[in-house]
Formats: sequence, C-alpha cells, structure tokens
Amino acid sequence: MTLVTGGVYALLAIGFSIIFGNARVINMAHTGFFMLAAYGLWYFTRSLGIDTIWAILITLPAVTLLGILAYRFLINPIREHLAAVLLMTVALVLAFQELMTTFFKFHYRLLPNLIPGFTEILGVRVLNQHLLTLGIVAVVIVIVWLILAKTKLGIALRATAQDAEIANLMGISVPRTLMITMGIATALAAVAAVAVAPIWTIYPTMWTAPLVMVLVIVVLGGLGSVKGSIIGAFIIALVEELVTNLLPSSSYLSTVFAILAMVIVLSVRPGGLFGVIFEEERL
Amino acid sequence: MLRRLFKDFRWGVLPVPGRLIAIIFFVVLFIFPLITDKPSYMYILTISSLLVIFAVSWDLLSGYSGQVNFGHALFFGVAAYSSALLYKYLGWQPWATIPLGTLIATGVGVVTCFPALRLRGPYLSLLTMAFPLMLLGLVMAFKDYTGGEFGISGLPEIAATRLGEYYICLAVMTAAVLIMWKLTDAGSKYVRTGLIFHAIREDEIAARASGINTIRYKILAFVIGGFFAGLAGALYAHVLGGAGIASLSMTMSFRAIIYVVFGGIVSIYGAVIGVYTLYTLLQFLGVGQANFIGQNQILIMAILVILILLFMPEGLGVWVRDKIERECPRCKLSNGFWRRECRACGASLH
Repeated sequence: MTLVTGGVYALLAIGFSIIFGNARVINMAHTGFFMLAAYGLWYFTRSLGIDTIWAILITLPAVTLLGILAYRFLINPIREHLAAVLLMTVALVLAFQELMTTFFKFHYRLLPNLIPGFTEILGVRVLNQHLLTLGIVAVVIVIVWLILAKTKLGIALRATAQDAEIANLMGISVPRTLMITMGIATALAAVAAVAVAPIWTIYPTMWTAPLVMVLVIVVLGGLGSVKGSIIGAFIIALVEELVTNLLPSSSYLSTVFAILAMVIVLSVRPGGLFGVIFEEERL
Repeated sequence: MLRRLFKDFRWGVLPVPGRLIAIIFFVVLFIFPLITDKPSYMYILTISSLLVIFAVSWDLLSGYSGQVNFGHALFFGVAAYSSALLYKYLGWQPWATIPLGTLIATGVGVVTCFPALRLRGPYLSLLTMAFPLMLLGLVMAFKDYTGGEFGISGLPEIAATRLGEYYICLAVMTAAVLIMWKLTDAGSKYVRTGLIFHAIREDEIAARASGINTIRYKILAFVIGGFFAGLAGALYAHVLGGAGIASLSMTMSFRAIIYVVFGGIVSIYGAVIGVYTLYTLLQFLGVGQANFIGQNQILIMAILVILILLFMPEGLGVWVRDKIERECPRCKLSNGFWRRECRACGASLH
C-alpha cells in the first residue's frame, strides 16, 4: 500500500517538480489535472459505457492537451508576474472544481478495478489492481527518467532548468521547451489519475489532499529535483501509512506527521534533501 | 487644525483621483446604512470589512516584505479558535476574548517565523502553507475539545444588532487599513518600516549590508501580519457566532492571495478593491437568490480572476491607477490623468 500511494505521489510530484524547475511556476492546478483525468475516466467508462482502454486513450491526450493549452494561453502571457501566475493556477483549479461540481454534482464516485482478483506474494494477498498501479508507476517513472537523461529533448529540458537565458542563447527554444514540460507534467498527472482512479474515490475536491502532499514531498525532496521527488514521495507515503496503521483512531494526524517530517528536513537542510538552493537573482 | 485638514484635502487629495476615490469610497461605506439597512446586506459588508483586514495584512507580510506566506489562515484560524475556546471554557466575553485571541495569533506569528526565517522564496511559501494544515489535523484529532468538523458555536455577538456590528467592524477596518498603510508607506518621514520592508523585498543582502537588522524586521513583519490577521479572525468568530475548520483551511489562505493579487499586490488599496469586487459584489448579486450568480459563485469568481489577470497581470487596482494617475518623472508625485505637467515641479509628464 505504501508503494502504491508512494508511486502515485511520486508521479504527481515529478510533474510538479519539473514545472517548477523549468518554468519557475508553482502550479497549484497540477492536481486539478489529476482530478480532471480521473473524472474523464469515470465519465467515459461509467456514463458513456466506453471500453476502459479507449477511455484511457481518450482521457490521457485530452488532459495533456488541456494542460498545454492552459499554459500557452493563460500562463505564458503573464509569466513575468510571479504573483499573477500563482493566482492564475489557483483560479484555474477552482474553475475545474466548480465545473466538475456543476456537471457531475457533488457525489462520491467509484470506478471498478481494471483487473479483478488478487495474487499471493510471500503469503500476503495483494490486489491485482494494486500490482497494476505499481507496474504503471514503475514503467512511467523509468520512461521519464530515460527521456530526461538520454534524449535531446531531455537535455533541452535540463538546460532550461539550469539557466533559461543561456539555454535560449544555445539555440533551444525556451517557450517551446516550457510548453513541452507542461505537457509532460500534465500527462504524468493524468497517468497518476488513471493508475489510482479505481482505488481512490472521485469527487470534485479530490485535488486538495494530494496537492498538499505533493507540496510537502517536493519541498522535502528539493524543488526541481526528480530524484528528490521520488524519494520524498516514498518517505511521505511511508509516514502516512505508518500513522494510519499505528494510530488508527487519529488518521487525521497523518498530514500532521507528514508535514512534521518536512519541517524537520527543512530545518536541517533549508534546500530540501536534493534541492539546489537557487541563487537569488540580483540585478 | 480644521484649516490644515482643509489644506491637505485641497492640495493633497483633490488633484489625485485615486485618493479622492478612496475617500469617497470610505464615506459611502460609512453612510451606506442610510441607503439600505437590510440585515443580509449589513452582514455581507461586515464580513467584507474583516476580509479586508485579513487580505491587507497578507499584503503587508507577503507583498511588502516579500515573505510570501501561503498559510495566512493560520493566524486567522488561531485567533478564531482561541477566542471561541476562551468563551467556551472560561466564559469570557468578547471584549476580553478578541484582544486575547489577537495576541495569541501574534504569538503564533512569532513562533512560526523562526523556522521560516531560515528559508527563502518558494520553500518559505510552502513551509508556511503547512502550518495551518498541521493545526487543522490537530483540531480534528482532539474532537472533544474543538468540536471537530462542526467547530464551536454559540459565541456571543459583539453588538446587539447587525448595524452595530457593521459599524464596529467598519471602524476597526478603517483604523487597521490606515495603520498598515502608514506602516508600509516607503515615503513616510516618521516610520521607517515601509522603506525597510521594501529594501528587504528588493534585495535582502544589500539591506543587511546597509546596516539593517533584516531578521528583526522580518520578525516584525510576521508580528504585524499575524496581529491584524488575528484581529480579523477573532472578530470573524464573534460575527459568525462560532469558529469552524473553514477558518483554518487552505481555501482561507488562498482567499487572501486571491483578493490581493486580483486587486494588485504591494498596494494596500489593491486588497480593498479585490475584496469589494470579488466578495461583496458577487455576494450582493447572488445573495439569497437561486439565480445563476448565486449558485455558481466560485466558478464566476475563478473565471473573472482568469480574465482580469490575462489583461491586467498587475492587478485591477494598479491597472486603474495607471489609467487615472500619472507619476511625475522628476519628483515622483502622482498627478491626475488630465494634467500635462507636474503640479509641483512643472516637469512635462510626457
């Protein structure tokens, strides 16, 4: 269970982290896309009765496209104004939430497991759905890692993250790179939604809890660091599960302990575990 | 005295449309009950006054001194809960619980700024965001004392009628806004905090190099922000008649950000404009009616914010000010949009 939650958090945190690292945008709408994708999946399978595979194939590109469009038309024009960008993402996610509430009403929705049954591993029964989720998460993380490390696009992305101006001088189209970043990030959020939608319930404010966790993870691991996000995600998921299992009466405290872990790490290392402390840009 | 006030008005306010509008606005607020005193309108305006205090205090802390705080609801919620708890367990009346709640929130401001002082930029924002959520977890965990998700209710009102409440909150709001405006005024001759906050925001290292104890002023910013947000929170608890988990939620923290950035960050009037357009206006249009605005308030607010930001990324208030005022390039005095040369030094404004 820790692995599943951790994996999903890791996917979300990587997306959030690369947007922040590249575009310096704190994207509060990140889990909003996660919510949208979960709703899309639910809508296509339960309301329209489309096959699950097709639903996934429609939802993923649609949400990714939405993310890219949102970046291109809403965030890009005001990128110089940091406060405005932050507020824009907040407004965006509120709009998503309200639209979903209007269309689908405030109900708790459930999706059936993508594959039924369970497997016994070392004497412990594991739901096949959890295994599948874990598989998706692992594959996607490896793919992202490969893209970032091996391809030309990955080099461009990392160069932009290091220094956008110099990257621009080296012939990398920074606005296009940032748009691709946003696309990758939203796609990751959508994949996370697909992986986890059958396990979690779907409701219009489902974005807040993961958002808090993602922020905690990203800060814990260090902003802009993919490795940090992955490790942070598993640490936080472990803390969460431990608290829920050891103190079942006070599951509300899981957030408290997760945040406590972050505060401890931050007070020892102000830049997170693997973060780079960005030099203050002095003009 | 009177003559001096008149002179200030004639030469300091009349030629600057922004100041004139601000004064007219406050006068209208004070005589608003003469136009209508429907309790529901009074209630909305009372809440707006408290939100103004809350939003302006966020602007002071995050806009002026640059310590961007994503968890401003912490101060608000702590004050609301502490005044509610003081009433519930000790039976104290509002005149005692409100100042004490405010003081406790101020103390919380001091405590939170210690871990926050080590951090910068986004790390600071995200850390501060965590505190109210932590407290929220504690509130839910100790349900027996705090009432859990239902909160504490049954608090006494601060005044017998809605009208009385309205005037108390309005007066407090006016005073708070004036004080915060003076504290952040970089050109002031008497208080240096405004100038120092600006310096810390623009370049902390340079400020420290100029002999400013930046740590002390950052703590001061947290204290002032916590004090006024706490004041708003304690009053809010008494106006509402109770303290609930909504006052500590992330939504509450974001509300401050939404109002301030919408109106224009680093400007006191921006926060006021933000609250009165996004909260008061929408509530007035949708209050008690089953019409479209009443039902989709958050959606409309979100879309309004998106559209306004696209065209005026600096905020509505700043955009309007730039349209109606012109700053003299030589002496930095603001002039009405109709003037061709500066009213003080005669320099051309083009």
